[in-house]
Order: sequence, then structure tokens, then C-alpha cells
Amino acid sequence: MNNTLSYSLLAFALIAAGLISLSFGRVSLGGADIWAGLTAPADDPISMILFELRLPRVILGMLVGATLGLAGAALQGVLRNPLADPGIIGVSASAALGAVIAIHLGLATIWVFSVPLFAMTGALLATFILLLVTTRDSSVLMLILVGIGISSLATALISLVMNLSANPMTIRDMVMWMLGSLENRTMNDLWMAGPFILIGWAMMIGVGQGLNALSVGEEVAQTMGINLMWLKLRIVIGAALSVGAAVSICGAIGFIGLVVPHITRALISREPGAILIPSALIGALLLTFADILTRLPVAGSPLRLGVVTALVGAPCFLYIIFHTRKEMR
Amino acid sequence: MKGLVIQNITLTLGGAQILKDVSASVKPGEMVGMIGPNGAGKSCLLKSILGLNKPGSGRITLEGRDLSAMSLKERALCLAYAAQGAPLHWPLTVERLVALGRIPHLGPWQKLQPEDDNEIDRALTLTDCLHLKERAATTLSGGERARVLLARTLASGATYILADEPVASLDPFHQLQVMEILKAHAAAGGAVLVVLHDLGLAARTCDRLILLHEGQMIDQGPPAHILSDKNLSRFFGISVSRWQENGKNFLVPHAIHNGQSHE
Repeated sequence: MNNTLSYSLLAFALIAAGLISLSFGRVSLGGADIWAGLTAPADDPISMILFELRLPRVILGMLVGATLGLAGAALQGVLRNPLADPGIIGVSASAALGAVIAIHLGLATIWVFSVPLFAMTGALLATFILLLVTTRDSSVLMLILVGIGISSLATALISLVMNLSANPMTIRDMVMWMLGSLENRTMNDLWMAGPFILIGWAMMIGVGQGLNALSVGEEVAQTMGINLMWLKLRIVIGAALSVGAAVSICGAIGFIGLVVPHITRALISREPGAILIPSALIGALLLTFADILTRLPVAGSPLRLGVVTALVGAPCFLYIIFHTRKEMR
Repeated sequence: MKGLVIQNITLTLGGAQILKDVSASVKPGEMVGMIGPNGAGKSCLLKSILGLNKPGSGRITLEGRDLSAMSLKERALCLAYAAQGAPLHWPLTVERLVALGRIPHLGPWQKLQPEDDNEIDRALTLTDCLHLKERAATTLSGGERARVLLARTLASGATYILADEPVASLDPFHQLQVMEILKAHAAAGGAVLVVLHDLGLAARTCDRLILLHEGQMIDQGPPAHILSDKNLSRFFGISVSRWQENGKNFLVPHAIHNGQSHE
């Protein structure tokens, strides 16, 4: 597809999805209501619903979706592994562990930024371990196995921390960190995590040329003038910052980072460097739609965001495994 | 000094001494073959030139400039590497794969310019790959893939091409075709340093040969001189039959020396 055309289509779809998402909820709002609310004074009830409940949710959903799509594309490119995804390889769970530790140590009440900072540290540790392991053995399977190990350990530690704390909301919190949610988010969450997310994006977005060069292997890429160390550092730190900050506001949301780059490759380009920005846009679009689905009146109570993304993503994961099983031996 | 000059290179990897005081050179217009039994250090020498491993001592200069003092990008503009059995991780189209050769010429965000497209087309034409342009490179046959990867190297526009066994696992037709492409690059003013195992092919196609054995440069010179019965017996442990036809030297190994192979 033509680049300008696909970008315009994606941007249009994103705005449309955002408007649909604004209108969904306990109170349904039509197009006229949204317009009236956006222009009304701040104490107007519809304006309050829009600015304090819906808009943060829509913006955060898009930021988180874009982060997961971009980080998935960058990680798949640098690891040359079509199954790399912040969720599957344990980066999101490690970030959630960091956030949970910050909250249960009571640091969050002392300094709000401790939550995203701990989450980013967790994500960074996981990414570095994965990078170390994959430099020794770069098979597709190895990464996934180590990722499962890291993910299980982080999940176990999260439940340990929660068991040790005397909080009646434990199970609810646990579900929120493991399955993710965009409910009840405010603009404060946005100011807290947004800057780190943007720094992470800025680090990852310029690596396209390096990822393209890596298609023919690390040694040949270096002879094309690519500084491999710098490329890996940018992606590892960029992914850790943005995914860590995203997880600190809405928990670990799986499969977006896995599925989105595959959709982008099918629709836009097979070049690992050319799918970075489109993956961010498609990720934002997908997560916004997933979040709309959680608010559909199914079984009386709202669905979990992670449940929706897993229902779609896990079958895709299996499909991709079958598709790439020759390389995995 | 003119050309690519390797002076007294020593390389140690994991405690083992891979290259011992190796000196050699390649000049533009020249096609130089590097031969030697397995484990002689041929690939490691190429990688040392490319900066992929760091020699412990010695110096490599390009047109008088120290390679280690040049930036990655400057080096990439002068030297292109055709790796042995290079992997291919994504199903890129042949055209996009060959376009990777232009990366050293582009700024961080720069798109391909018309002159880049010209170079890509030129490389595709030289390697007889123009008709494969739209194919996914992962679906190519061994011969097609070797040519496409060579086209990537040629598209870089680098004067110096360092090729590591570019004809390994190719059928005779494609072996000759690849060697002719390299030869044409040298004839057009480029320089080629190519690792070869087929001594007959090396004898027929190279202007000069470098013989490596156990990390040491044994000798360099015209093929007829390097591929003497004495050298072949001593360093390869083989006897050969030779004959001439249409002014070309042919050479076929026919016996191994039991008990004294590789000294």
C-alpha cells in the first residue's frame, strides 16, 4: 500500500475509534453530546464525564497501545524473532512486579513517580537478561522459553508480595496487574507516565535502518556501518522505559505487541524498519477497540482488557508458532 | 601506500592464536584469492579487515589511512562484505534486500535517492537478478540467493569486496557466474579479496593468490607459483593433475598423502 494513503487511513481510523470510545460507557453520548461537552464549561456534567473519565481513558489507551505495538515491532526486529512481545517474553510482568513492589512498600504514597520508576526498572532488568541470553543462543525457541521463565517468576513474586501485605483488595489488585485495565484512570496518570513513554518512543523510532540491516545478520549489518551495541541499547532502554511506564498505569496487557507487527507486515511492509511507526498506529487502534469491547454489556460486569486482548491474541500466537515452526527447531 | 595493506596482523580468540604475523595486500583492479586448508584463518583475516574482530597487534591501512581510525560508516563506504551463508531473517523482496547495500550512503532518516535506485538496478543487472526483483528473497534457490546477496554487496558501490566462499554449495554454472561477476568488478577498477576452496577455480580466475596455513601467511604471488606441487603436498596434503587448454591452467586434486596430510 502507498505510504501516505496508509498513514492517512490509519490516522482517520484512529480518530474514529477515539470518538466511538468517547461515546461508550454507563452514559451513552452521541456526536452532538460530545461536541457540546467538549465546548461546555468545566462544571457541566457531560463535560465532566468527558474530561475526567473518558478522555484520559482514550488517550492512555492509545499511548499504551502505540507503546506495545512499537516495542513489539522493535523487539521482533532486533531479536529477529517473530514471537517477541513484551508480554510473552516477561517484560510486562517484570514491570508489573516493579509497580507492585513500589505500591506495597508504601513508596507510592511518598512519591508518586516511584511506581513508574520501579516498573521501568523491572522491565529493564528483564530486557537485559533476555538480551544476554539471546546473544549466546539466538534461536526463536530459546527466547520464548527464557521469557516464560521470567514471566512466571515475576508473577509468582507479585502474588508473594500481595500475600505478605494485609490488604483486603489483594485479589482485585492482582487481577488488575495481570490482566490490565484502563478503568478509572485520570489525567494525573497521564502526566506521570506520559513523559517516560514519549522518551521511550523517541529512542525506538529511529532504529529502522539498523533493523533493516540486521535482516542479513549481525556481522553483515556491522559492515554496513551499523553500531550494533548502540542499536541494541536504544531498543532495550526505549522498550523498558515505555513499556514499564505503560504497565505502571494499566497493568500488563498481553498480545498487542505480538499481533500488531504481524498485521503491519501483512498490510504495509515486510521490512522490519518500515513497520515501526505503522505498528504504533495500529497498536493504538487495536487497544482502543479492545477497550471499547470491554465496555459492551456482556454478563453484566465489564470485561478485563487483558481478557479481550488474549482472546484475540492467543489464537494468533498459536497460528504464528505453526507458521514459523520450521525455524524453531 | 596504495590499496588495502595488512601488516603483521596477530589475532587471538578464546586463548587460541588464530593469525600469526600475517601481511598481505590487495590493490584496485586486482582479484586476489585467499586459499588454505580448513582452519587456516582465512575467514578470520577477512573479519579482521572488516573490523568484526580486533587484532591484537599489527595494522591494516586503506589508501594509507589506518582502518581502525575510520568510522564505521567510512569503512562501510569502502569495504563490502559477502558473508559465507549469511542468514536472511525476514521475507524481504529481492529489491529491498539489494537496497540494504545503500545504507552506508543514507542519512539516518533519508529515503533512497534516484542515484541509489540506479545503483540497485545496476547491481541487479550485473548479477542477472532483475527478473527476481519482486520475489521474496526467502523463496529463492541456492544459486539465486547467492547472486542476490552478491548484488547487495555490489550495490554498496564499495571499491573493495571481501567475499567469504561465495561459491560454496553452488552448482558449476553458478560458481562460474559468481566468479565472473567478481572478476568484472575487479576489471572495472574494483578490488576483490575472495576466500576459495576450489583450487582449480582459484587458479583460473584470480590474478594473485595468498596462501594461509595454521594462521600464517605462507606465500603470495601468481597462481602458478603458489599452487606448486610442493605447496599443495606440504600444506594441503594432496597431489594434483594439471593440464593446459586454450591458454588456461587446469588443476584437479586426485590423491591424498596418507600419514602426512597437513604436515
